[in-house]
Amino acid sequence: MQSDEEYLYDCDSGNESSGDDVGLEFGLEGEPGGGGGCVGAGKYKETEDYPYEVLSTEEITTHMIECIKEVNSVVNIPITTTRILLNHFKWDKEKLMERFYDGDQEKLFLEAHVISPYKGSMKSQKVPVKTSNGMEECEICFLNMPSAMMTGIECGHRFCTGCWTEYLTTKIIDEGMGQTISCAAHACSILVDDQTVMRLITDSKVRLKYQHLITKSFVECNRLLRWCPYPDCNYAIKVQYPETRPVMCKCRNVFCFNCGENWHDPVKCHLLRRWIKKCDDDSETSNWIAANTKECPKCKVTIEKDGGCNHMVCKNQSCKADFCWVCLGPWEPHGSSWYSCNRYDEFEAKQARDAQEKSRAALQRYLFYCNRYMNHMQSLKFENKLYSAVKEKMEEMQQHNMSWIEVQFLKKAVDILCECRQTLMFTYVFAYYLRKNNQSVIFEENQKDVESATETLSEYLERDITQENLADIKQKVQDKYRYCDQRRRKLLEHVHEGYEKDWWDYTEI
Amino acid sequence: MAATRRLQKELADIRKSGIKSFRDIQVDESNILTWQGLIVPENPPYNKGAFRIEVNFPAEYPFKPPKINFKTKIYHPNVDEKGQVCLPIISAENWKPATKTDQVIEALINLVNEPEPEHPLRADLAEDYTKDRKKFMKNAEEFTKKNSEKRPAD
Repeated sequence: MQSDEEYLYDCDSGNESSGDDVGLEFGLEGEPGGGGGCVGAGKYKETEDYPYEVLSTEEITTHMIECIKEVNSVVNIPITTTRILLNHFKWDKEKLMERFYDGDQEKLFLEAHVISPYKGSMKSQKVPVKTSNGMEECEICFLNMPSAMMTGIECGHRFCTGCWTEYLTTKIIDEGMGQTISCAAHACSILVDDQTVMRLITDSKVRLKYQHLITKSFVECNRLLRWCPYPDCNYAIKVQYPETRPVMCKCRNVFCFNCGENWHDPVKCHLLRRWIKKCDDDSETSNWIAANTKECPKCKVTIEKDGGCNHMVCKNQSCKADFCWVCLGPWEPHGSSWYSCNRYDEFEAKQARDAQEKSRAALQRYLFYCNRYMNHMQSLKFENKLYSAVKEKMEEMQQHNMSWIEVQFLKKAVDILCECRQTLMFTYVFAYYLRKNNQSVIFEENQKDVESATETLSEYLERDITQENLADIKQKVQDKYRYCDQRRRKLLEHVHEGYEKDWWDYTEI
Repeated sequence: MAATRRLQKELADIRKSGIKSFRDIQVDESNILTWQGLIVPENPPYNKGAFRIEVNFPAEYPFKPPKINFKTKIYHPNVDEKGQVCLPIISAENWKPATKTDQVIEALINLVNEPEPEHPLRADLAEDYTKDRKKFMKNAEEFTKKNSEKRPAD
C-alpha cells in the first residue's frame, strides 16, 4: 500500500522529522506506529505488544556474529565450524545445542559436511604428492608449485591458491553460492569456511557479493528474521517470536511478518496465498470458457453460441452433430415443436447443464469478490495520491489563520481512510472462502457498515473543502472517521473472536 | 591458457589408459576444447552397439564444467531426442574443478548402463522402463540395432 507519495509526504511533526530511526524506536518501544510519524498515530494499534527491531545490513552481520559467539562460548569448537553447524540448523541455536549434546556428534559433523574438530585435521594425515624437487602438483591446473603456494581446508585436499581463488570466484559470482561451497576435490563434500574464503579472495567485488550471500541466507533461513519485501529495501525485521503480525520497516512499508505480504488482517496467510495464486492463475480463463461455452455432446469440441437459434450444428467437419443448445440432447426429437422443449428432464442433459451452471455460478461468485477486492486496491492507490492533495490543502489553511494543530484532522482522516480500504480489501478475500453461517451474516453486516461509512468519508475528502464550510466539514469529517475507525476495529475484533471460537468454516475452492 | 594445458594432459592420460568402454577419441588439433569419442556400453540393450559422443569444454575449463552430447541416437530415459544428457556431476552447481574427464566419462557410461528413471529427460521411456521392462528392452534393442554405430572388433 505504500507508495512514493506517502513516503515523500513529509509532515513536519517536529520531533519525528527524521524517518531514519523511527522504525527502530517503534520496535524498542514495542508500539509500532504509536509514536506518530507520518503514517499516522494509531495505525495498527489493534495489535497488542509485539516487540521487533529493524536491522540494517551491518546490524544483521553483527547479530550473526553474536549468534556464533553465543553458541561458541558453550560448545567450544572452532568459530568457523560453529558457523557451518549453525547454518546447517538454519540458525536455530537450541536445535544445534540439543543435537550437539544429545546425539551422535560424529554423525552431526558428517551431516553438516564438516570435519570433526576432535578428530584432528586430515591435513597432517594426507601426504601431499610431492615431486622430487620438493614441489607439489596442483590437481586442477596440473602445475608444479612450491608447497607454500598450496593450500586447502580440513579435509586435506590441496590445490594452488590461484586455482582456489578462481574456483571460489566462479561459485560465488556465477552460481551465487555462499555458505554451501564445498572443497574443490572430486566427490568431497566438506564445506569451505568463511575465513578461508575471505583469506583467498582479494577482489573487493567478490568479497562483497560473498558477504551479501551469507547475510541473505542468514536472514532467509532464520525464522526470527525477515527481509522487508519492499523493492530495493535492505532492512530486515527481527522479532522475538514469529507470529502473524504487522511490522513496519524503516522504509515505512508495513507487512505481515509471517508471510511477507502487505498486512492483510482479517484474512489468514494461507487463504491470502491461495487467493493471490488464484488471481494470478490463468485458470480463470478456463473458468470463463466453462461458464460461457459448451462442448459438443458428440465430439466435445468447445462451442461459443453466436446466434439466437438453439438448433446447433457442430462445425467440426468430422462431427456435424445436430443438438439442442439448451438441453444438449440430440436435435432430432425437438422437431418443429422446439418451444415446448420437452427434453429438460433427460438425465444426461441435466447433468451437463448442472455442471455448466455450477461453473458459471462459481465464476460469478469469484468475480463478485474479486471486483470488490480490486476496487478497494485501486481506491487505496488513489487515496495515496490524496495525501499530497490534502497536504496542499493543509498548507493553504495554515496561511488562512489556522494553526498547524487545527488542520491535522485532514491527514488523520486520510490515514483512517487508507486503513479502512486496506481492511475492506482483505475482508473480501476472507469472505470469498467463508461458508455461510450465522456469524458470517454478522460479519457481512459489519463489512457493509464499514464499507458505506468509508465511501462517505472518501466522498467528504474528495469534495472541495473551502474556507467557508470548514467548521462544518471538519466536524463531519471527524465524526465520520471516528465512526469508520471504530467500526473497522469492531469488524476485526469479531473476526478474531471467530478464530478463537472456531466460528469460521471455509469453502473448498 | 590453463584449459589447454590441462586438457592436453588429460587427453594424453586417457589415451594411455586405453579404456575399452570409451575409445576412438578424436580431437581437432586446432581446437582442443571439443572431443569426440565412442561409448561402448556393457549392459543390454545398449551392448548391441556403440554411441558417438561429443564433449565440449568451455574456455573457463576446469572452473566451469564440460557439456556432453550424444551424436548417435540413443533410446534412453536420460538422453533426450537432441542428444542432451543430464549428468549431475557436470551440472554447474555440483561441478568440481578437480574432477577429471575420465571420471565424467565413467559416470556417463554408468548412466548409460544403468538408466535412472527417477529423473528422466524422456518421461515416456522412463515409464516404460519402470512399468514394462520387457517392452522397453524390446524397443531399445531394435532402436539400438537400427541407429547405433558398429562396436569395435576387440
